Parts: sequence; C-alpha cells; structure tokens
Amino acid sequence: MQTSTADPLLSVSGLTLHRGARRILDGVDLSLGRGETLALVGESGAGKSTIAVALMGLLRPSEARIEGRAELAGEGDLFGLPERRWSGLRGGRLAMVFQDAGAALNPCFTVGSQLTSVLRRKLGLGRAAARARAVELLDSVGINDAAARLSAYPHQLSGGMQQRVMVAIALACNPDLLFADEPTSALDVTIQAQIVRLILDQTRARGASCIFVLHDLALASQSCDRIVVLYAGQVMEAGSSAEVLKAPRHPYTRLLKSCVLEIGTARLEPPAGGVPPWEEMPAGCRFASRCPRALPRCAGEKPPLTQEGGRALACWNPE
Amino acid sequence: MSAPLAQAAAPAAPVFELLDVEKVYQVTRPAGFLRRETRGLAALDGVRLRVPGGSSTALVGESGSGKSTLLRVLLGLTRPTNGQALYRGRPIAEARAAAASGFTRDVAMIYQDARGSLNPRMAVADLVAEPLRHFGLCTAAELPARVAELLARVGLPGDVAQRYPAALSGGQVRRVAIARALAAEPSVLVADEAVSGLDVSTQAQLLNLLADLKESMGLTLLFITHDLGVASYLCERIAIMYLGRIVEAGPTNAVLEAPAHPYTAALRAASPQFFAPIAEPLPGEIPSPVDLPPGCRFASRCPRAEADCQGTDPALTSLSPGRTAACLHPLATGA
Repeated sequence: MQTSTADPLLSVSGLTLHRGARRILDGVDLSLGRGETLALVGESGAGKSTIAVALMGLLRPSEARIEGRAELAGEGDLFGLPERRWSGLRGGRLAMVFQDAGAALNPCFTVGSQLTSVLRRKLGLGRAAARARAVELLDSVGINDAAARLSAYPHQLSGGMQQRVMVAIALACNPDLLFADEPTSALDVTIQAQIVRLILDQTRARGASCIFVLHDLALASQSCDRIVVLYAGQVMEAGSSAEVLKAPRHPYTRLLKSCVLEIGTARLEPPAGGVPPWEEMPAGCRFASRCPRALPRCAGEKPPLTQEGGRALACWNPE
Repeated sequence: MSAPLAQAAAPAAPVFELLDVEKVYQVTRPAGFLRRETRGLAALDGVRLRVPGGSSTALVGESGSGKSTLLRVLLGLTRPTNGQALYRGRPIAEARAAAASGFTRDVAMIYQDARGSLNPRMAVADLVAEPLRHFGLCTAAELPARVAELLARVGLPGDVAQRYPAALSGGQVRRVAIARALAAEPSVLVADEAVSGLDVSTQAQLLNLLADLKESMGLTLLFITHDLGVASYLCERIAIMYLGRIVEAGPTNAVLEAPAHPYTAALRAASPQFFAPIAEPLPGEIPSPVDLPPGCRFASRCPRAEADCQGTDPALTSLSPGRTAACLHPLATGA
C-alpha cells in the first residue's frame, strides 16, 4: 500500500482472516514507516483489534485461519514464523497496550514483579538491575514515588495509573512497534489526554512506531500521522490523517466523520441501520448495503484498493 | 390512577430541587496495626441544583465526582445526610413513599448498563409490557398493540418483540431500555451515560431519538454524561461536578464556549477536537474525597491556583444571569 518511506518497518499485504466460515478480515493492506503513528479506525466489527492481535501472533491456528503476508523489517514474514520466534518478538520488538489495563494486569502479582519479570526474561537483567530499571520505567511514565509503587497490587491503583503501568511494561524492552488497542476508552477525558500524550512522547523518544486502535476520529486526527479506515474487515480509505479526515473521498469515511459530535453540533444525520450480520454481508464492497452512493456493481464486485498521491481508496464511486 | 399525577400539588415547584444536599458515607480504613478508624467520605458536599419542568440538564464530571450519588438521591434510593432534596416541592423520600404522588411512574430511569438492567430471560415484549402491567396502564387485550407502538416509537422493528436481550445489538438493547422507561409515560427521564460505549453512528441515532422524544413528549431530561459533545447536543443547561460539588452551571453552549471555572476549561481542552494539537493535560488525578484538601478542592490540579485558593473554599456564586461558578479567580466569560 502507500509506503510512506522507502523502507517500511511493517508492511502487511492481503491479510485475510477467517474464524470458521466468517471472513473477519478481507484483504487488508497497510504499511508503517519507522517512527510513524498509524490509527486504525472504524466501528465495532471492523476488525481493528483483530489486526492488532493477529500481528502480535496472539491467535492460535485453531482460532483463526490467516492468509497474506506481514513483513517486519529484519524478520521477514511474521505469519511464517514458528512460535519460538514469536515469543521472542512479543514483549521485545512488538509490544501491546490493551484496552482494559485492570483486566490485562495480573491481580495476583505486584506491579513490580510483573514489570521486572519482563526485564529479567527478555533482557536477562539480574534481580537488582531489573528493580532499578523498573523504578526508572515507572518514573518515566509519570508515576510518583515509583520505588514504593513497585510493591502495589494492580487493584490498589486507579485506572489511569494501571494504564501507565501497562505502558511501562510495553516499553520495557524498547519495542520497535507498539500496538495501543483503545488505550483510553475506559478513562476520563483528562486522564485520556495524559495517557495519549504519554504514549506519543515515549514512543517518539525511542524512535518507535505505534499503531493505535481508535474509535474516536477526532482523537485520531490529533494523535496519528496516518489513518486506515476499516469497515467490516475491509480497508475503505487510508492516507495521512489530515488529508483523509479533512477531505474524505470514501462515503464511509464521510459518514463516520459526520457522526462525530463536536461541541455546538446542531443536528446529526446518521444513516439508518448498522453493520449487516455476517450471513447478509455483501460479496463485494461490504459497505454497499448502507452506502448512499452505491452503484449496482458495488454489492457484487469488491473495489480494489488503489493508490493515488499517497492516499489509498477502495470505492467504485468516490467523492 | 390520579390523572394529573403530582403536578396539581405545587404547580410552580421545579421537578427537582436540591438545597445544599450533603451525603456522607462512613468508611473504615486501616489506622496502624490491627486498628481501623471510621472517617466520613463526603460524596456530595453542598449541592444546589434546580431542575425546572420541561428543561434538559446535563450533569458532567469525571468518575469520583459524585454523579452517581446525586442520581441515587434524586431517585430516592439514598437519603441525603444533610440538606433537602425536593421533588415538586416535597422531600423525595416522602414523595417516593406516598403512592399517590406517582413518583415511581413519573420519574423513569435509563441505566448505564442497559443490558444488565434487562432480565435476560424475558423476551423484549415482556420487558416492555412489565411497567404497563405494574401500573395497570392498559388491559391485557390492549397490551400487544401498546408494546408494538412503544417499540415503533423507539425505532425497533416489530420482530424484535419475541427476541431476548442476548440476541440484540448494543444499540438495540439501549432502545429497549428507552422503550421500557417510556412505557409508563413519565414526565421526567433520568439517563445515566445512556449513549456511552457505542459506535458513533449508533450513538448519533440514539441521540436523535432522545432529542425527538424529549420534544414530542415534553420530557424533563436529566442526562449524566462525561462527553461534552453529548451534553451540548442534548441539553440546554449543564452542571459540571468536581469532588461532590457543582463547580459551574449555566446554559450549555455559553458555558462550553467560555468556561468560567478552570476545571470546565480543562475538560473542554481535554475533549478530542479535530486537527487541534493535544492540549497540555491537567496534572494528577481527582483526589480521594476522604482526604479533601482545605480551601478550593480543585486547587491541587488548578493551573490558575493562587495562595488564597489553598485556604478559602469558594462558594457557588452568580457570575451573570443564569451562570454560576465556584471559583475565586474565574476566567473571563465575556459576559
């Protein structure tokens, strides 16, 4: 797809994922340069989180059948890797911040032991060195009195603090690529701003790339260089987030944007209905059943993702 | 059924009026080896709020600001420790106890967790019929038609009636909860985060539905939300809460366009806006209501705090007609 740099860190092509008979992802292409932030946006069922989980190698073959390629610089095709290599990558070059930090942290272990276990296993640090590094990490994610917090259990921390600990664990081994799956949707807005700033500042300081899974388009426009708009597992439109969101060419991008509430919005004009159930999904463009600009060919024929001036678009009748 | 419900008793009284309502919970916590001490946690600390009939008010605040406790007081589920909570001029607890006041029929609630508020073993038709049966609002023969009418009014297809909540999408479940709340033809609708956690297109559909229902049924709406966009779309008035107090109140658009209280300004800056750089976030988190700082309770996080803020607790004072704020150094509102 639109390669923003000559040498992308990650380049995914034709990612198709089946769970049973359901095609959850349908030929997803995306690429990410070094130091770039990318937003995956779309409504529930768009496959945003599935992409992140698949690229982290967290899906067993019995759960999902994956086709396509995902080239990570220096590793080759991720989907061809044996589990032993995967476990080296996860938590190392690839890291993930989950949506619900309270559920992702182990309630039975202290924050310190969860953080030092990563450092000791992945970086081979000794007990004392790991502890010192853990204090540094907690300090860098803005946790006051970090040394004392090491002995806290996750339930003793607020949601914002738990998310900070998650970020510290994810950054422990200086990943090249960080996935942040709705890292702030469970938090208050003032804390959301703190966490997004933290993730951006920390990944930038390390020169790492970041893929955000977001449902908030306005937040995506604020935090990410590039954006991929997904609908029911298909890429609808992609490109620089400023260009795509200022002048959407795909009817779905326009629709998503028109539903965003801003202060002072006079009247929303949402489309009726929702994403169709899997049995009724159109064979071609999956958005065809709700699209105001649909042509007769749209439901039967999938539009190819075409490149034009750094933007990608899959539509037979763009704006 | 007393037809005009409670309106006759005090026609001019607002639907809800809170006069310096306080709610203190006693919490015990460790105080040294094998000792515990009991302390007061002020979930609400001197809340004054007036909800006139036919108005729409948004209550906005972060978690821990006391929104849910306020809701419990308004619904008569909790008695205030101090102060008065009035429903059409009568104490809420009294109104709730007196069957003739029609409180339970007149005030309907939409819960945040709509799915959790619906019995999973009842079909949608039975869920919507339950309030009709409970209040004896129609005969058994009229029931199916009335249920169909309610489902149509909230924009649900007729075939949903025979399905169970588990078979419905998140948006549909919210619509069922709205239909159930409206079944008894209430005049007051209290909604706790009724549109949060939904996709934007579903959220937009529900907001339009609520706006239309408010218009067509003349509902008094009290909407708890953390989303300023939702508040501005649906409500004429807004009340911003912080640590058990209302820190600013007034007409929604005026308050959001030119906030007087620094906390309102911080909330405004923190809400995502297209293409704006991410604002400098407010430092720290909401303090525990057990260890309240003396003086202004926002002083510990306030970018405009001055020396007197640490010592003087600002009262909610009028800035301009209809606008109040509790701040010693309010921002210029241009009014």
